[in-house]
Amino acid sequence: MAAVDAVATDNGIEVLRRRAIRRHRLARVGLYLAAIAAALICAGPFLWSLITAFKQSPDLYQRDNNPFLYNLPSTRKHVAYLFQETAFLTFVWNTLWVGLLVVMITLVLSLPAAYALARLDRPWSGPMAIAIFFVYLVPPTLLFLSLSRLVVAVHLQDNTWSLVLVYPTITIPVSVWLLVGFLKGIPKDIEEQAMVDGYSRLGAFVRAVVPLVFPGIVAVVVFTFTLTASEFIYALAFVAPTAEKVISTGVPTELVRGDVFFWQSLQAATVLVAFPIAFVFNLFLDRFIAGFTMGAVKG
Amino acid sequence: MVQTTTSKLDTEVAAGTKVGRRDRRQLADREGFLAWAMLLPSVIYIIALVGLPLLLAIAFSFSDVTAGDPSFDWAGLANYRQIFDDPVFWRSLRNTIIFTAGSMLLIVVFGKVVANILVADFHGKWVVRFLVLLPWTTPVALSAISWLWLLDSLFSPIDWMLRQVGLINGNMYWLGRPNLALLSVIAVHAWRLIPLAAVIMMAGLVAIPKDLQEQAEIDGSGYWRRMFEITIPLMMPLIAVAALFGAIVTFTDMTVVYVLTRGGPTNSTQVLASWAFFRGIEGGDIAQGAAVALFLFPLLLAAAILILQAVRRREVL
Repeated sequence: MAAVDAVATDNGIEVLRRRAIRRHRLARVGLYLAAIAAALICAGPFLWSLITAFKQSPDLYQRDNNPFLYNLPSTRKHVAYLFQETAFLTFVWNTLWVGLLVVMITLVLSLPAAYALARLDRPWSGPMAIAIFFVYLVPPTLLFLSLSRLVVAVHLQDNTWSLVLVYPTITIPVSVWLLVGFLKGIPKDIEEQAMVDGYSRLGAFVRAVVPLVFPGIVAVVVFTFTLTASEFIYALAFVAPTAEKVISTGVPTELVRGDVFFWQSLQAATVLVAFPIAFVFNLFLDRFIAGFTMGAVKG
Repeated sequence: MVQTTTSKLDTEVAAGTKVGRRDRRQLADREGFLAWAMLLPSVIYIIALVGLPLLLAIAFSFSDVTAGDPSFDWAGLANYRQIFDDPVFWRSLRNTIIFTAGSMLLIVVFGKVVANILVADFHGKWVVRFLVLLPWTTPVALSAISWLWLLDSLFSPIDWMLRQVGLINGNMYWLGRPNLALLSVIAVHAWRLIPLAAVIMMAGLVAIPKDLQEQAEIDGSGYWRRMFEITIPLMMPLIAVAALFGAIVTFTDMTVVYVLTRGGPTNSTQVLASWAFFRGIEGGDIAQGAAVALFLFPLLLAAAILILQAVRRREVL
């Protein structure tokens, strides 16, 4: 009797185990399918851009040609045009140095501000933090008309430096908000200890706290750079000369002349800009996520 | 769990500080000064480059400043009266709200789905993450131009695929028909912002204690039950943050509309931001452009306060 029972339960366990394995396999297949679908929907346009950048015009302008294959031999002519006949490399260079300067200004200003709000408990800390975040809600579309007057007043019109001056207004509020949460996640006894060891409050901040918020700083750097590289309205309204433009305005204005779109060169530019930024961002993605956890949940 | 340990730590440390403060009075004195010294640069920067222009924009909206005649003359409520009489303004206001609500919904739902995929373990995860990030990290002006061809009236690859499957015979004219144009703009906004929402929500997913999930699994609750009764409630603050970021970006953006439709066909996709730009810069009527743009701020402020309050009420972590 007992032996029969044991066999029955063995069978039962076997059935359960098989069912669990089958369910697990189904879940894996589902996961892979979902991942592929998400990747295709997000990156599909860029893969199409990559193919199109090397297409001959008669191939592109043919309604019934397969848009994802080369129906005629591919050509490097349009990519060469982008580098040789347009100021694309100037735009890239401008975007890079504007981005780097804005990142530096943002960090230098927002790190101390975030520390003051997170740690030096003043009665006005809370309201001030909310006020700074609400600044982020004042959109460039509302300010660009009057800001262009200010830009003229300081003689920076048609100059890339106007963007260096103005972009921190977009990036500082978000950065402060992110960093406040991050600083709150660091135990207070670390700077207490540093102060016991003889550092001043400021010294403790620089020597003990800043190294610990490094992941938050990385998050801010990456986020800030992406924001400045994508900004469009200020760049469009303040800077007109070709040599002073950044990517986000230079490419659309120099490669679209009236009704004539240089389609393949445009796609080449998109791919050349999109892939490196996403690549770098992906390197720091985990840090960025950690930063956001601290920023949003505890902030 | 985590919260309790830190707060205990906080009180211990606070007790320690009090003892320390007694013999280091100057330090406490210096803290007030330090707080201001650290905060002031940011505050001054923002007041000079956001506060002043905001006041100037408000002043413009009560004036008759144009690109041709930049002298400031008081015009009272004339601009506002003109705007309210203009059906295009109401159309833009309606469209702005539709775009924001529509894309916010898509962003939150699909952002959550993508976040769930990206936190799972599978081969090639790095590549999938890279591909998923693309729409957000690419300057929107560039990706919008790609979409201009993808939605082209004649050459659209999307139409080509639909023709291959046999769903349509001719073309969809995505940007040529008012309702389809509306849908297209919403879809492009959502496509661009889903990665950002996914990244923010991944932060929420990662923060959920693993043992909570495991305990629920041992107790026999299935995937969907765990999703709706544990994961989503615990992630609520970050879902709201993702929704807020999505709303801000969509609400104030004019690039997508500017590149794809320029507000057309016949203003059916016009939004406040693009209408302000066309009026203020291309039409040269700076005063009216400023008056239209001013409507962006109070609406956004109201939405932000609502969302932040909702977060606070549901704060669980």
